[in-house]
Amino acid sequence: MAVLNEEQTMIRDGAKSWVSEKSPVTAFRKVRDSGNADGFDRAAWKEMAEMGWAGILIPEDLGGTGLGYLTLGLVLEETGRTLTASPLISTALTATTALLLGASDAQKKKYLPQIAEGKLIATLAVDEGPHHHPEKIALAGTASGGKVKLNGRKTWVLDGGTADLIIVAARTSGKPGDKSGITLVAVDGKASGLTREKLKTVDSRGYANLTFKDVEGEALGSGEGYGILDATLDRARAGLAAEMLGHAAQSFDVTLEYLKTREQFGQKIGSFQALQHRAAKMFTDLELARSCVEGALAAIDKDANDVAQLASLAKAKVGDLVHLVSNEMVQMHGGIGMTDAHDAGLYLKRARAQEATFGGSSYHRDRYATLLGY
Amino acid sequence: MSAAANADTDLEAFRLEARKWLEANFPPSLKGKGGMMMGEDGPSNTTDFAKWKKAMGDRGWGTPTWPKEYGAGGLSTAQARVLQQEMGRIGAFNPIGGMGVMMFGPTLLEYGSPEQKAKHVPGIVKGDVWWCQGYSEPGAGSDLASLRTQCIDKGDHFLVNGSKIWTSGAQFADMCFALVRTDNSKKHEGISFLLIDMKSPGVEVRPIKLISGNSPFCETFFTDVKVPKENLMGPLNGGWTIGKRLLQFERAGLGGGVGGGGLNRGGEARTLDVVAKEYVGANDNGQVADADLRTRLTNHLMDQRAFMMTIFRAQAEAKGNQGPSATTSIMKNAGSRIGQERAELLVEVMGHQGLGWEGEGFTRDELDTIRGWLGGKATTIYGGSQEIQNNIIAKRILGLLDHQ
Repeated sequence: MAVLNEEQTMIRDGAKSWVSEKSPVTAFRKVRDSGNADGFDRAAWKEMAEMGWAGILIPEDLGGTGLGYLTLGLVLEETGRTLTASPLISTALTATTALLLGASDAQKKKYLPQIAEGKLIATLAVDEGPHHHPEKIALAGTASGGKVKLNGRKTWVLDGGTADLIIVAARTSGKPGDKSGITLVAVDGKASGLTREKLKTVDSRGYANLTFKDVEGEALGSGEGYGILDATLDRARAGLAAEMLGHAAQSFDVTLEYLKTREQFGQKIGSFQALQHRAAKMFTDLELARSCVEGALAAIDKDANDVAQLASLAKAKVGDLVHLVSNEMVQMHGGIGMTDAHDAGLYLKRARAQEATFGGSSYHRDRYATLLGY
Repeated sequence: MSAAANADTDLEAFRLEARKWLEANFPPSLKGKGGMMMGEDGPSNTTDFAKWKKAMGDRGWGTPTWPKEYGAGGLSTAQARVLQQEMGRIGAFNPIGGMGVMMFGPTLLEYGSPEQKAKHVPGIVKGDVWWCQGYSEPGAGSDLASLRTQCIDKGDHFLVNGSKIWTSGAQFADMCFALVRTDNSKKHEGISFLLIDMKSPGVEVRPIKLISGNSPFCETFFTDVKVPKENLMGPLNGGWTIGKRLLQFERAGLGGGVGGGGLNRGGEARTLDVVAKEYVGANDNGQVADADLRTRLTNHLMDQRAFMMTIFRAQAEAKGNQGPSATTSIMKNAGSRIGQERAELLVEVMGHQGLGWEGEGFTRDELDTIRGWLGGKATTIYGGSQEIQNNIIAKRILGLLDHQ
């Protein structure tokens, strides 16, 4: 655990007690089973915003607290523990980062205070196919009278069905594959020509595929946006990695508890060395991943020059971790872990969605190698 | 002519006979639909399926090698293989299935009394009686012998109280073969093997919803269920041996399933590399674009090849009369692990498209892949978990001692 200051400790403890009281796994189950088309509970999001979580990255003069990424990571770790579905990742982390890094002062003033208040759901639309490849963006943006006209398709947009503001990464010059020629474009969720197809996914959250037909939007800031997109994604990856860390830690804790209570052959199954060693391996991986996640978040706050490397390191290591722990959670629980009534399956399903979002371990290993010059 | 040549001639005669009969009796509308008809949801009930089941049941070819006296096929193993080949040739499948055929029948033939065999085998042969397995209990999974479902001798009948879990297909089963406790003072020697009519008063079945969204298993409750004395199979308190024998039939039928969804489109099988290139793309050399994924796909392909070669080797050794070799002990773990890895790889290959649950935006193949991935997690748990199989390998095959 990172060494926290007083404010961070307070926020972490507040998050811990809020998720256990207001947003335990049963709350997520309720969202899933109620057929809630948003993919999250709006009343819970309101409470989260009232606690200031929507504005942790937003400077005080724009209505937030400006506490930074490590602090938001502490909250995400706790919401990750109980599978809390909310716009924290889409809005408070990703879209907010894009606005902070790329928007003009006027645009920041227009959107960020509303986000901090929890009144504006926002998201970033990047992917266009089954895999995360920001450099391959093809969705066309053409300048027209101070606006940008968008044509194309985006997939797997987080909270894409409900977002009031969609920040679209569009290609305004060059060809797919070029690491330039990208503009970030702010689009109203109700813009004409925009079709949103809500998806029913394995982790029961609010993703959507979006189709743009002559949709008008406003460019964020001015000039080249690929660098802003890249930096935004690294911050989103590190933040998502914090949620994944909490997810893995909770899966591990629940499994460990089961090893200590379930009896077979007249003894606790945790007395079997084969299982003890697997638990020890998970604990080891968990500790290693924690260092990577906290390191990436701290590097972002310090504006260090190795954020990209650390974000890829964190996403790859914690991706492998949730993969392992979610599988072991089901296996070590045996038959009961296969039932929908048990939580293991919920963690397993969410794990694969987390792994794929903003690039899987394989993508980030390759990126890490490239960044290091291998 | 030598005896071997004679046998070959006979086999060819049987092939022609089987071919003629299959062509006359297999409804073409069912061609290639075996997987769909014999799925987890129990026996299918379409008219053509019923016709086909009746024809095979009457002929006894659904249980080709079982004795003729019970209406079964009475075929030699070689003839049964020919029948299988001929069915494959025209896209036919065996419509008589389920646990009665795979697990209970062989055990009944080995341990049942003449009366029990005469009563229960024909129903399995014809596919009229569907059996379910009452083994595991909430507190008795890997440690099956700790089961507690009570069976008390009431003189003219047994009285059963308790509950069983993972009773596959109990919601449409007619009968249940169950392990029950008839002596509380002993562990393994206090277990009996009992046949329970699922329509008896006091039997209640509740489907269990799995993480895949399916409910192939149930929890089955027995409250003061009266069971006729004649339904005790084998000796009182001698059920463990029979129960274990049945598990061997179960394990023989598991683990070979290194198939996996996502490779069919419109009934056309596609290889893993074609699927990978569709979702991930190809590089300038026509290789799967993601090098890391390509390496892991290759590892899987090698594992799968090694597994198939091991199956063939074990079969060859068994045929060569060397008896069952130690090789078979690795089959369930190797097969289930490789199958799960394939499902994981397919989900990963499909990316966001592999993470759908239902509805628009995802193809049937994609949804089948994720559901199959979830369902497949059970393969390292049921039929003796991966851990139990490893114990068996370590202790029985390798001779390693228990923790002292």
